[in-house]
Amino acid sequence: MKLSVWTYEGPPHVGAMRVATAMKGLHYVLHAPQGDTYADLLFTMIERRDRRPPVTYTTFQARDLGADTANLFKTACTEAVERFDPQAIIVGASCTAELIQDDPGGMAETMGLGIPVIPLELPSYQRKENFGADETFFQIVRTLARPTDRTGRITCNLIGATALGFRHRDDITELTGLLMEMGIEVNVTAPYDATPADITRLGAAHFNVLMYPETGEAACRWMERELGQPFTKTVPIGVGATRDFLREVAEITGLTPKIDETRLRLPWYSASVDSTYLTGKRVFLFGDGTHVAAAARIARDEMGFEVVGLGCYNREQARMIRALAKDYGVDALVTDDYLEVEARIEALAPEMILGTQMERHIGKRLGIPCAVISAPVHVQDFPARYSPQMGIEGANVIFDTWVHPLVMGLEEHLLHMFREDFEFHDDAGASHHGGKAVSASDAADPVAETAPHPPADSAAMTETADVVWHPAAEKELKRIPFFVRGKARRNTESYATERGMAEISVDTLYEAKAHFAR
Amino acid sequence: MMDGAHTQSGCRDAPLLKERGQREVFCGLTAIVWLHRKMQDAFFLVVGSRTCAHLLQSAAGVMIFAEPRFGTAILEETDLAGMADAQVELDREVEKLLSRRSDIRRLFLVGSCPSEVIKLDLAKAAERLSAKYNPHVNVVNFSGSGIETTFTEGEDACLAALVPELPETQDRQLIVAGALPDVVQDQMLGLLDDMGIGPVTVLPTMRADDPAAVGPNTVFALNQPFLNETHAALIRRGARHIAAPFPFGEEGTTAWLRAIANEFGVDQDTFDRVTAAPRDRARRAVAQAGATLHDKSVFLFPDSQLEIPLARFLTRECGMTATEIGQPYVHRDIVGPDMALIGDGPVFSEGQDVDKQLERARDARADLTVCGLGLANPLEAEGLTTKWAIELVFTPIHFYEQAGDLAGLFARPLRRRDLLKVDAP
Ligand code: SF4
Repeated sequence: MKLSVWTYEGPPHVGAMRVATAMKGLHYVLHAPQGDTYADLLFTMIERRDRRPPVTYTTFQARDLGADTANLFKTACTEAVERFDPQAIIVGASCTAELIQDDPGGMAETMGLGIPVIPLELPSYQRKENFGADETFFQIVRTLARPTDRTGRITCNLIGATALGFRHRDDITELTGLLMEMGIEVNVTAPYDATPADITRLGAAHFNVLMYPETGEAACRWMERELGQPFTKTVPIGVGATRDFLREVAEITGLTPKIDETRLRLPWYSASVDSTYLTGKRVFLFGDGTHVAAAARIARDEMGFEVVGLGCYNREQARMIRALAKDYGVDALVTDDYLEVEARIEALAPEMILGTQMERHIGKRLGIPCAVISAPVHVQDFPARYSPQMGIEGANVIFDTWVHPLVMGLEEHLLHMFREDFEFHDDAGASHHGGKAVSASDAADPVAETAPHPPADSAAMTETADVVWHPAAEKELKRIPFFVRGKARRNTESYATERGMAEISVDTLYEAKAHFAR
Repeated sequence: MMDGAHTQSGCRDAPLLKERGQREVFCGLTAIVWLHRKMQDAFFLVVGSRTCAHLLQSAAGVMIFAEPRFGTAILEETDLAGMADAQVELDREVEKLLSRRSDIRRLFLVGSCPSEVIKLDLAKAAERLSAKYNPHVNVVNFSGSGIETTFTEGEDACLAALVPELPETQDRQLIVAGALPDVVQDQMLGLLDDMGIGPVTVLPTMRADDPAAVGPNTVFALNQPFLNETHAALIRRGARHIAAPFPFGEEGTTAWLRAIANEFGVDQDTFDRVTAAPRDRARRAVAQAGATLHDKSVFLFPDSQLEIPLARFLTRECGMTATEIGQPYVHRDIVGPDMALIGDGPVFSEGQDVDKQLERARDARADLTVCGLGLANPLEAEGLTTKWAIELVFTPIHFYEQAGDLAGLFARPLRRRDLLKVDAP
């Protein structure tokens, strides 16, 4: 038993829903109580899908338990197949139904439904959402895909994009274009927009592009083994990774790598003098393993940041993330407990966080700017405009997205300098990452809680641990821009503590500043 | 699913379309999202699965990430395989929690489907933990599971669990049950006080130490129509229910107040003096905010259990016609007065078979369809105008001063559809 307040991943059957909802012509019959239907709103509200997820829930109740939940399941199956006329169904149990052991898979297989039935075994008490998506898609592929002749022209499958994915919709478009430029056509994109019939055609492609290892790796490995299709290992997020990806594709296909970089702006934007202030910004990264690994490379090699810490919440990627952290000379944090993430961020005091919506909130509370790089998703992660993470345009989008919170911080500092406006006084915090919770909707607003503790740097303390701040030093500290003030305070205090000083004067402040100058 | 659609007649007249198919509703755990804000020294510890934690997070809508006063003790493989004694594990988690959070005075152990299926005895746990942490912390259990409770029934289960804890009193007093936003609760108490009605106790109390008691000379009123178990629990303690329409809109609020005033022998003059001004304001506000609703039709899916009283408000005060009024459960003792006011016409349905109900909603093509979040966007995409029901439990909508806001909530989607001049491709 473990107390959890906020979770990065849902249960595994939500992963299965992400696959089913991404696909067409597939239906999911889920043995589950009524409350589990909440998952529908993730798709219809967060992703603004215009259709209900193709899921039939049995919604058994306590009074059914003694009686006949198995029959309830069979009826649900029959009716779903009649009503929705799918090409195939997946069947499984949520956490509660797993306990009553009705064996939905076994039952559905013997019902003679006339279409492929794909049973799912998703251990709800051990695994989570990403596993659920990966395993579900793997089972679908394993059941439906068969060796077939390769297409005449060189083609590939795009594998791993699901519903509720972080920018999956736009990554597909970007990658399709990128590959087209090299003369490679996309055979099937799956699970996103694929039908079961499309899955049977997967074998016609010459190779697979594994877009998201979190949700597509098991299927790619199976296809490599059973269908003889190699798959790409580089995830093309960032300039360097996109170039490497195309080189990898060239190696697989024997084609010449081709890339039209006329649209690519990140390298110049990064090199232009306006970006000098980004130099050595200390960043902390957290999210799913794939996005964190890609973001770390961009942060260091393409933005000129310093990576001070990184980690992931999905333990399937723990080994990769640990190796990566070693490369970067930092400790890896592999956890799904957001309190641990918060503690690490507090300890590292980065100047910026590249994380998930969870870290965005942690950043709000600590007064640290944050850009979102990974799921779990929020309604804001489905912008109306085209905004991929992959390929050329992805790199451009990432540059803008990451710089934005920093620019906002700077702007407020300038405003503050020029005008002692009440709106911008010290305690107001930064409007883009302070005080006010951004809500998904009106309805949610009343439940939004403002952070319980004020941003670290505005706490009215003159005494921390064993050191006392002179009023003059405290006053001087206030004149330092708020977005570096927290760090200045901490540096000065550790400088003083290390030297056994009990008091901090204006001189100490500047001594410390000189000491830590980079 | 099951073809359970048949009708029956009851004492309070209207026939009921009963359905037992797929239900598209939240479970009772959802109520924690508003209850924890109302009860400021309470912590809600769900004993459940990752699904339960995910539901709470999703229902909260915004990911808040402040450390809230609710959480889920997630059952793991070892708890289920009997390798770990779940009771011991629970004690350990509670110990950790309470040592970190000294602000907690009331701890609710909330049962879920998994905890109930494995028959984890939370009543026993609550008793044991109460003995250990009393008097500083009182530990109470209730079920929010989806196999036992639907959405707002979570609040009902919570309040019902509090009733046996109340001390006995012989005093003549009024209990009003149901969590309301503070500002609305103050308006309500003001109106009752101005009529000289008292003493009044509100359930749930904001803090553990706020006085509350019950006994044979207690009468009680409900301000939420989903408090069926609470109703029964109060009656078991000797209290008597004042049946009334629910205090939505001018008519509902007046009828609700009138029933209580009659019970307490308030004379007509006093009643008029206290209510005249806010009644008038409410009428004007509804007329203004609800003008868009006049002569429009409405179809209500079963969701928050507020559907019947709200339909009464929409049909009688806003001039709408209701085609179907669905509720997860219909308890005639409680919603009978509102049903009687609605009268003939609309279909009353209980339970759900969501795909069939969607077909009826498509056929009806009401001007406004009230439904849950999972259905709203898909129906909008089909060209229907929707109002999502969950907003009704998070927004102040009770009593006179909110009557205009309540009409506005329903009018806004219609006004919005009128405003938008471009179609979706
Ligand atoms: S329906 Fe049951 S399992 Fe699902 S979230 Fe509610 S309590 Fe948990």
